[in-house]
Amino acid sequence: MGMFQDIVSWILLTGGGFFVLVGGIGVLRMPNLYTRMHAASVTDTMGAALVLGGIMVQAGPSLAAIKLAAILLFLLITSPTSSYALAHSALLAGIQPDAGRAADPEDHP
Amino acid sequence: MLAVLLGVAWLLWSGFFKPLLLALGAFSCVLVLIVSYRMHLFDTDFFALRLMSRLIRYWAWLAREVVRSSMEVTRVVLSRRLPISPTVAEFDAHCEHPVDRAILGNSITLTPGTLTLSIDGQRFVVHALTEKGARDIMDGEMDRRVSQLRSR
Repeated sequence: MGMFQDIVSWILLTGGGFFVLVGGIGVLRMPNLYTRMHAASVTDTMGAALVLGGIMVQAGPSLAAIKLAAILLFLLITSPTSSYALAHSALLAGIQPDAGRAADPEDHP
Repeated sequence: MLAVLLGVAWLLWSGFFKPLLLALGAFSCVLVLIVSYRMHLFDTDFFALRLMSRLIRYWAWLAREVVRSSMEVTRVVLSRRLPISPTVAEFDAHCEHPVDRAILGNSITLTPGTLTLSIDGQRFVVHALTEKGARDIMDGEMDRRVSQLRSR
């Protein structure tokens, strides 16, 4: 069990680390605020989920694993909320998204 | 219902059964109940149990979407030319309940590559990293699934 457990958790941890790295590279390469937030959200979701999953496998079926699952759940609920607060306040502050527009064709005939 | 949930959560979290800690736990459970009552959380049927099974199925679908779009964003970030085509999409969502709208907005933001900019009534403004992502959002698949959460 120990060996197998270690292999699985190392795969998860390495994958999580990879996505955190990708998020960091993306934040540096993207041209403006909104596109940078897209890159950062890879870190929030895949990075956090895989790293916490890896730790959960290390912890085994115990109270600690349940706590880690709860941390993951709360993280997945709060991080988009704070992202929305940031994006919405940037929009209100007048930072224009340098982007093409696409409106719903149904209500703008 | 919520009181039982909170009590179980406290016991699982701490794992201690000393009188002082139990009293502190009961105190914080009551505090949370008072605060959520004052926030009018109980006016909506937010804590309905029948929502839970559907919510879990929705989460499974959402997890697949998150993995798929994470791969997409990773490919964009690591490719040499950085092929982004930022697009702002506007659409009217079908879900009316405030909780549903919050779920939809958060789901859009949680999925890498799309970001909710503002919600005004039914009107959603979404920023997408690529044009394809904007088109996917406007397809309304996610909107449809969120609307189904509450229909009986």
